[in-house]
Amino acid sequence: MTFNLKHLLGIRELSAGEITHLLDTAEQFRDVSRREIKKVPALRGRTVINLFFEASTRTRTSFEIAAKRLSADAVNISVSTSSVSKGETLLDTARNLQAMAPDCIVVRHSMAGAPYHLAKICNAAIVNAGDGAHEHPTQALLDALTIRERKGKIDGLEVAIIGDVLHSRVARSNIHLLTKLGARVRIAGPGTMIPPEFAELVEQGVQIERSVADAVEGVDVVMILRIQRERQDAAFFPSLREYAVHYGLKADHLQRAATDAIVMHPGPMNRGIEISSELADGARSLILDQVTNGVAVRMAVLYLLAGGSRVEEG
Amino acid sequence: MDFIEKARIMDGARINRALARLASEIVEDHHGTNDLYLVGIRRRGVPLAERMADKISDLEGVRPPVGMLDITLYRDDLSTVGAKPIVNSTELPGDIEGRNIVLIDDVLYTGRTIRAALDQLIDYGRPRRVQLAVLIDRGNEHRELPIQADYIGKLVPTKKSEIIKVLLTEFDEDEGVVIVERPAAAAEAG
Repeated sequence: MTFNLKHLLGIRELSAGEITHLLDTAEQFRDVSRREIKKVPALRGRTVINLFFEASTRTRTSFEIAAKRLSADAVNISVSTSSVSKGETLLDTARNLQAMAPDCIVVRHSMAGAPYHLAKICNAAIVNAGDGAHEHPTQALLDALTIRERKGKIDGLEVAIIGDVLHSRVARSNIHLLTKLGARVRIAGPGTMIPPEFAELVEQGVQIERSVADAVEGVDVVMILRIQRERQDAAFFPSLREYAVHYGLKADHLQRAATDAIVMHPGPMNRGIEISSELADGARSLILDQVTNGVAVRMAVLYLLAGGSRVEEG
Repeated sequence: MDFIEKARIMDGARINRALARLASEIVEDHHGTNDLYLVGIRRRGVPLAERMADKISDLEGVRPPVGMLDITLYRDDLSTVGAKPIVNSTELPGDIEGRNIVLIDDVLYTGRTIRAALDQLIDYGRPRRVQLAVLIDRGNEHRELPIQADYIGKLVPTKKSEIIKVLLTEFDEDEGVVIVERPAAAAEAG
């Protein structure tokens, strides 16, 4: 198959074939990180800018390591040190970065659609590293890689996504990806955190459950979402304690899932709130595998987008 | 792409005999199989390495380890090729440190594949020595780097407009080596 994407803005725009190609490529990059010399020359002389308007440790580090293991030069810009704090607009920031001729800009922004905006004005390949509550495509890809590594497939699996779906770009990207690859998805969370537009998803086969117990019944994969305190401007649930009681995943929930069910969390975890420590550190937890696979997925994305000239359409 | 087959220079039996000779040259040179390690370059170098290991096993009673390299990430033309080449796995079982490596490929042409393979190999460890065995050597005339083979199945001087296709039953319906002419338009791009 020919992979001819210029940007990675969201999972929604990808075909099942493109997703599978990204995952297959990522699988090969996993080996590079297991070697003693964890570096290949594939992107030598290329520049990758990590432009982070929101706090991030894991994702930014993961992209930076991915770029360096491909021999690209990685430059990190975070909001606290940038001219954005001096009043520059996103458009001007992007134009200035473009003037320095990067090959790829990885962007995280609190506004949904910011990466799309950059893609219109920049020649560089744009990778969405999370835009508001919209999409976080590399997270969905690394989750899929982790599931595939353990289960051998995605097609036909039952997956429960639990928690703050309303504010979660991770949930949105995962729902697109999992349904495109043939998994069946159920979501559960407080009623205030199940967005009304998800009613449309029901037609695509996504089931909305009201309790965690119902959602995990017989599932192969449980994905837990982080409570995003920073994105909540209203009271969506009475207290963290109450959330933990009703929607926190605990060991006895997992009794209802398939015997070989796995537990995932995109991090950073609020231990004791959305997930019990016992589960987070348990044998079923793949949380650290997710982090390892994150580097491989980001290497695949950078390799496929920032390397080489593209075959132009037509 | 349509190719015009110009000549069939080897059939299955001749490939087999050439590999048998290469295997015996290698063990003679190495005084046996001590520290010998064969590495096939994907794709067609891999079955050739496996077959050669079988022949060495027949001769010496010991089968040397066989690894495989996918050189995609070490290519020097990644920035100019159009679609990104598919990355396949590299498998080097055990340790290559201190081993006597014989790299194996089907055709030696510009030498750029071998350069990439050498760079990659060194990233996995420090072999004591690395040699090169190829089924077909297209001759020095086309070489773009100072790289030569230590073991050669058959020397076949060719024109740039020609392509050597090695067909192996592991990947192809047929077994043999053919010279094909590339269509005029493709010759310029290539």
